[in-house]
Amino acid sequence: MPVTKDEVYKKVQTALVDALGVDDEEVTPQATMVGDLGAESIDFLDIVFKLEKAFGIEIPRKELSPEDILTNASFVQDGKVTAAGIAELKKRMPFVDFTKFEANPQVREFSNLLTVGDLCRYVEGKIGAA
Amino acid sequence: MRWFWIDRFTEFVRGRRAVALKALALSEEQFDGYTPGFATMASSLMIEGMAQTSGLLVGEMEGFSQRVVLAKIGKAIFHRPAMPGELLRYEASITDAKGDGALASVNAFIEDELVAEVDLMFAFLDERFPSGPLFEPVDFAAMLRNFHMYDVGRTPDGQPIEMPAFYAEAERAAQAKYEGIGAATNAKR
Repeated sequence: MPVTKDEVYKKVQTALVDALGVDDEEVTPQATMVGDLGAESIDFLDIVFKLEKAFGIEIPRKELSPEDILTNASFVQDGKVTAAGIAELKKRMPFVDFTKFEANPQVREFSNLLTVGDLCRYVEGKIGAA
Repeated sequence: MRWFWIDRFTEFVRGRRAVALKALALSEEQFDGYTPGFATMASSLMIEGMAQTSGLLVGEMEGFSQRVVLAKIGKAIFHRPAMPGELLRYEASITDAKGDGALASVNAFIEDELVAEVDLMFAFLDERFPSGPLFEPVDFAAMLRNFHMYDVGRTPDGQPIEMPAFYAEAERAAQAKYEGIGAATNAKR
C-alpha cells in the first residue's frame, strides 16, 4: 500500500524535530527551513540522513541544494538569478513554489525559500505517495 | 599538551567499528581547572575522544582521502563523570555514510559500566572550503602509528589494513631524513 501524504508529513516532521531541536507545532507546511526553523547549512546533511533512513530513499545533494546553478555565471547576473537560471531551478526542484522568489530573485534569498511543504512534496515525488 | 583524546585503538574494523582506550591520570592538565577539588573529565573532552575514535574510523574508510570534520552532535547522554585512575573505553560504530558525510554512534564504558552515549555527524569538506590536507602528512602518520591503528586494524573479512601510500611515503621520507642526520653525526665522531 502506498504511503499517504499525511504519513510523509509526520515522518518529515519527526526528522525536523530531531535534527533542528524545534517543537512539533513549529513544523508547519508553510514554515521555511532557514528563516522559521533556524536550519543551518550543516543541518541539511543531517536532515538528508534522517529522511533517507525514514523513507528508504537516496537523496543526491544537488536535488535539494542547487549550488551549482546559483554559482554558475550563465545563470546569475549582478547577484540575481536570471530567467534561464530560474527555469533551470524549476526543472531541478519542481516541488518548490518559486512565485515569491521570482519577484525578487536575489541569490542570497534562495536559502530561505525551501519550506516544510516543499520538502514533503519532494519526498512524495520520490516515493510516489498517494 | 597535544590534542590527543584517545591513547590507542584496541579494535578497528574498516568502515564498521572501532574501540579506543583513554586512560585518565591526575597529572593531566585537563584536571587543573575543571571542577577544582573534585577532579572529573569534562564531558566535552569525552565527546572529543569519542569523535576522534569514530572520526578516524570514518576517515580510514576511504584511505583518508576525505577531509572529515565533526559537524554535529545529535545526542549526548552522560550517566556519570569519569575520574583520574579510570580507563575509558570508547566503542564506536558507523551507522550511515554517504558521499558528503557519515553518522556514528559511540558508547563510553568504564569496565562494564556505560558512562556516556553520543551520536555524531561528520561532514566531508568539499570544494567550497580551501583545499589541502588538514594535517601535516608525517604528523598524521605518526599519530596513527601511536594509536596502533595498523597493529589492530582489519578489513571486515579479517585482513590487516595498511597505511595509505601518501602517508606511508611521508613517513618513509621523514625516517630517511633522520637516518641521514644520524649517519652524518656518527661519521663526525
